[in-house]
Amino acid sequence: MKKNMARLLAAAMLSVAVNGPVPASETTEPSGVDVNDIASLQRGAKWYVNYCLSCHSASYMRYNRLAEDLGLGEEMVMQNLVFADAKIGDTMDIAMDPGQAKAWFGTTPPDLSLVGRSRGSDWLYAYLRGFYMDENGAWNNTKIPDLSMPHVLWQLQGIQTPVYRQETSASGFTREVIDHLELQTPGLQSPEEYAGTARDIAAFLEYLGEPAILKRKNIGEWVIAFLVLFTFLAYLLKAEYWRDVH
Amino acid sequence: MAKFADNMAKRAGAFMNWVDERLPVTEFWDAHLAKYYAPKNFNFWYYMGSLALLVLVMQIFSGLYLAMHYKPSATEAFASVEYIMRDVDWGWMIRYMHSTGSSFFFVLIYLHMFRSLLYGSHRKPRELLWLFGMVLYLLLMAEAFTGYVLPWGQMSYWGAQVIINLFGAIPEVGETLTQWIRGDYFLSDATLNRFFAFHVVAFPLGLIGFVVLHLAALHKTGSNNPDGIEIKKNKGADGIPLDGIPFHPYYTVKDIFGVALFLILFAAVLFIWPEVGGLFLEHDNFVPADPLVTPEHIKPVWYFTPFYAILKAVPDKLMGVITMGASVVILVFIPWLDRSPVNSIRYKSVWDKVLLGFFAVAFVRLGMLGMAEGTPAQVWEMRLWTTVYFMYFVMLYFMSPRSKTKPVPDRVTH
Repeated sequence: MKKNMARLLAAAMLSVAVNGPVPASETTEPSGVDVNDIASLQRGAKWYVNYCLSCHSASYMRYNRLAEDLGLGEEMVMQNLVFADAKIGDTMDIAMDPGQAKAWFGTTPPDLSLVGRSRGSDWLYAYLRGFYMDENGAWNNTKIPDLSMPHVLWQLQGIQTPVYRQETSASGFTREVIDHLELQTPGLQSPEEYAGTARDIAAFLEYLGEPAILKRKNIGEWVIAFLVLFTFLAYLLKAEYWRDVH
Repeated sequence: MAKFADNMAKRAGAFMNWVDERLPVTEFWDAHLAKYYAPKNFNFWYYMGSLALLVLVMQIFSGLYLAMHYKPSATEAFASVEYIMRDVDWGWMIRYMHSTGSSFFFVLIYLHMFRSLLYGSHRKPRELLWLFGMVLYLLLMAEAFTGYVLPWGQMSYWGAQVIINLFGAIPEVGETLTQWIRGDYFLSDATLNRFFAFHVVAFPLGLIGFVVLHLAALHKTGSNNPDGIEIKKNKGADGIPLDGIPFHPYYTVKDIFGVALFLILFAAVLFIWPEVGGLFLEHDNFVPADPLVTPEHIKPVWYFTPFYAILKAVPDKLMGVITMGASVVILVFIPWLDRSPVNSIRYKSVWDKVLLGFFAVAFVRLGMLGMAEGTPAQVWEMRLWTTVYFMYFVMLYFMSPRSKTKPVPDRVTH
């Protein structure tokens, strides 16, 4: 009876799956980002500082934290990563005036300190590879249609254009959707190299969102190992005391 | 050497006498631990209460440290949380302890409440124990809601917006009431500041006070057990229940084991997987609150989603709010709705088991649906499970006195 009950309940639970929105990260291919790959984070930091930081601040991140976590000397960070008039203990701010930025781009470029947490590295990887030149000769993106940001990395990636296909919905409407992007003009990097660049930037942004991620898992393994041992001892203690109850 | 030990023992005894003449320490220890007799057949479900108490203590201490660095202001709150995550020594661990603790608190409380439904722990003479528990549950919801607003991310802001606006559905006074709660015409700095005050002072004090009452009521009646029978009915010549064992040391050592096991799970979430895929810490809440940008999909944290689904199941706003309120308030009456001749599910009929099973499934499914987008098909499913949820209480009332029960043993089984 018990078994039948359990089966009945399980069937009721599984009968209808929740059809929630498909998160963007699930519709994209896995990025292969490894946030513990320090070399990848170092490259990502380089790309970020060279291509992103002129518009996108990371105002919760300090340069000296970067130096410490990525195994770079403070000296090296000051010479290679700090372009603005900043000190090593400062946060990664930008000089651009938000009002002017809005006038230039139509919107203020957001701070990217936490974009790794709100979007996730898979989404960021797909976004960085999703830029294309649309029919109007404007930069567009598969992840954020009609975005106001130009493709800053186009010299590296080259120029992609979309290939469409017809899609008929259940209700009979036919519309054009982007099937895939095609590289029209090659860039300085091969597609594989550019995928690596996108992966490095996504990894760096994931780290930027939560610098503690580099050590918390490691600490956690030791904490759990200790607790497993402690649980075993606690079990022996309990068993010893309870011998006269059973 | 032996003489020295004797001497020390004598002195310690003399000191305890001195204290006991002035403060009933030994009396308290005996009454609530060493000579407090609990049934010897507690199972897995009986860990939840002591674990919930542990989590309450952890929340108070981690909260204390967070409050040292957190700034309850609309312009500074978000940045101060990131300051804790990055610049405060071990701040990330304290914060994750608190965020993980809040979700685990609800997991434990839901299991704790379900235990009561399984074994009839709310039934005579434990009705007050259940009522104090219900007050604790409502206080916990208030504590969790005010706490969730504090990081001042997009979900903090818009979640609070939606929930406070529910009061606006009340005719006549609705608008005034929402303004009174917010302390402003819109959700603002004033709201954040007062929520902080309630979160760190009023609700925790209330929680501690009612935990004391909950335990006082528990120790008056004694614990129920998986067989749902009174161990006090069978006492030995010494007046001690035959199926009772002293809480200390038996249940203290057993609870230490339970705590250790629980902490493994807790540490795994805290250190390895603190966001739990956006369930414990939502992705959108890492975006600072922006009153001008409404997120695409507003939903409360998982522990409120069953009630949120009930709200969404009803097309009319006011009726929805009333139905949702009723879904929580109806739990208060369970001790009087359950009229079965036996307490424990072990001695109830198959149909009682099926009924309780459907109730549990309805609650979990509503929780899952409350997180979903809310397509028409999902809304219909919410309606189905909302009906099942309420039918449980109706069926409980009419079915429990009539269903066929099995004979209940005199003594607890193993």
